[in-house]
Amino acid sequence: MLAPPPIISVSNLSKTYGSGFKALKGINLDIKRGEIFALLGPNGAGKTTLISIICGIANLSEGRVTVGGHDINSDYRAARSLIGLVPQELHTDSFETVWATVSFSRGLFGKPKNPAHIEKVLKDLSLWDKKDSKIITLSGGMKRRVMIAKALSHEPQILFLDEPTAGVDVELRKGMWDVVRGLQASGVTIILTTHYIQEAEEMADRIGVINKGEIILVEDKAGLMQKLGKKQLTLHLQQKIEAIPPALAPYKLQLSSDGRLLTYDYDTKGERTGITSLLTDLRNAGIHISDLDTTQSSLEDIFVSLVRAP
Amino acid sequence: MNYRAIRAIYLFEMARTWRTLLQSIVSPVVSTSLYFVVFGAAIGSRITEVEGVSYGTFIVPGLVMLSVLTQSIANASFGIYFPKFVGTIYEILSAPVSYIEIVIGYVGAAATKSIILGLIIMATAALFVPLHIHHPWWMLTFLVLTAVTFSLFGFIIGIWADGFEKLQMIPMLIVTPLTFLGGSFYSVNMLPSGWRTITLLNPVVYLISGFRWSFYEIADVSVALSLGMTLGFLAICMVLVWWIFRTGYRLKN
Repeated sequence: MLAPPPIISVSNLSKTYGSGFKALKGINLDIKRGEIFALLGPNGAGKTTLISIICGIANLSEGRVTVGGHDINSDYRAARSLIGLVPQELHTDSFETVWATVSFSRGLFGKPKNPAHIEKVLKDLSLWDKKDSKIITLSGGMKRRVMIAKALSHEPQILFLDEPTAGVDVELRKGMWDVVRGLQASGVTIILTTHYIQEAEEMADRIGVINKGEIILVEDKAGLMQKLGKKQLTLHLQQKIEAIPPALAPYKLQLSSDGRLLTYDYDTKGERTGITSLLTDLRNAGIHISDLDTTQSSLEDIFVSLVRAP
Repeated sequence: MNYRAIRAIYLFEMARTWRTLLQSIVSPVVSTSLYFVVFGAAIGSRITEVEGVSYGTFIVPGLVMLSVLTQSIANASFGIYFPKFVGTIYEILSAPVSYIEIVIGYVGAAATKSIILGLIIMATAALFVPLHIHHPWWMLTFLVLTAVTFSLFGFIIGIWADGFEKLQMIPMLIVTPLTFLGGSFYSVNMLPSGWRTITLLNPVVYLISGFRWSFYEIADVSVALSLGMTLGFLAICMVLVWWIFRTGYRLKN
C-alpha cells in the first residue's frame, strides 16, 4: 500500500542570507498529515528560518516546498490558507481588543465572519473573559495565547508553533498542550519547536533534529529512543565487594565507591542484552543482589549527544 | 481577489485613525487654521490680490495640498512601518494575500484618511475666506489622485525605512521643502524667470497648479501637464511597489 502523500514536502531547500550566511543547506523533510512533529535544534540551527520559509515570511534561495500539494510560491494562496503560524516572538498589536485582533486574522485569511468559531477558540484558550480587553493590558502568557487564537481563527489544517511555551507557566503550559492534543484529534497537523525536550518527548509522534542548517535525523519518537537509547542496569548488592571478580570483566561493569552498587550499560537494540548471562555469572561468582533497577536515557541526552557530535 | 483581506486591512487601518483622532485630524486642522490667520488675515491683508483672487483665497488649494501630501505620506509610511517595527507584519506576509491586496488595504486607508482631511480643511477655509470651486469634479480628481499617489510614496518610504529617523527624514528634508517651494503660498509667475525654470523641476508645482485651477481657473502650468505629471509620479510609485514585492526587499529577507 502506498503511503498517503505528505502534507508538507520540503525538498532540497537552501537559504542564503544577503550577508552570505547559509542558514539552511539542502533540507529534505516530509511532514505526515495529522502528526505532531517536533523540530529540535540549538539556537541558530535554522528552525525558525525553515518555518518562516514554509509560511511565506522569508524567500527561499533554492529548492521547493509544497503544502497540501500546493507550491508555496506559484500557488501561495492555496498553500498559506492551510497554515496557522504562531511565531516565537510575542508580536501583537497593543491597542486592539482580543476579539478585534482575532477577527482581523480570520478576515486576512479570506474566511467569512464566524463569531461562533472565534468564541470557541477563545474559550478553549481561556481567553473568553478577556475578549474586550486591549492586548497591551494582558500578561505575557495571555499574549501568547492570543497569538495562538489568531493562528486558529481561520481553521487551519496545519499549525506551526515556534517555541510556544517559552515564558508560559507550568499550569498554562499543560492547558496549552491539552489544546494541541485536541487539535490533533480533530485532524490538524502540528509542527512545533521547543526548548523543553520533555515536551517533545511527551507530545511528538516524530522528531527531527536540525543543526547548523542541516537535518541530522528524522525518526519516530519510539524508534529514536530505541535506536539511540542506552539503558543502564543498576544492581544493589547484599554485601559490599572490594573489586569486580576477573570472571566478570567482559561485562565492563562499574563498581561504586562504597562497593555496594554495580552498574552495567547495555544497548536495547542489540539482539542479546547480556542481562541473563550477567545474572548467572554473578551468582556463580558468589555475588548476591538485593535489588535492581534500569534507567533509559532521555531524549535530552540523545539530543545533546547528537548536536555535540562533530 | 481576497476581498475579505483587503477589507480587514482597510478597516484595521481606519480603526487606527479613529483611535488617534486628535493626532490624525484635529492637529492638521489646527495648524491649517494658523496658516489662515497668519498668511491670510495678517500678511494677506497687505497683499491686494494674486492673479485676480484675494490672497487668502489664493492660498486655500495650496494649503489643502500641503496637508494632503504630508498626511498621505505620514499615514501610509507609519501604517506599514509600524507592523514591521513591532513584528506583526509576520501575519500579513504569511496570509494568503497578494501584494496588490496589501497595497490596496494600506494605501486605500491612508488615502481615505487624507481625502477626508483635505475636505475638512476646505470646510475650515470656507469659514475664513469666500470659497468658490469652478470644477468640483476636477478638484476631487486631483485630490484623490494626489492622496493615492503620495500614500503609495509613503508606503514605499515605510518599507524602506529601518528606523524612525529614516521614516521622518524624507518627509522632513524633501517633501516639506518641495511643498513650500511648490507654490502653496505664491504663484510661480511671481518668481524671477531663472527661479521659475528651476521651480518647474519640482513635481509638487504641477499638483498645486492643477488643483488651484480646479478652484479658480488660474494655473502656473497647463492642466493637461499637471494631470500628466501626477499620473507619471503615480506610475513610478506603482513600479517601485511592484519591485519591492517581487524581490521581497526589506520584507522577506
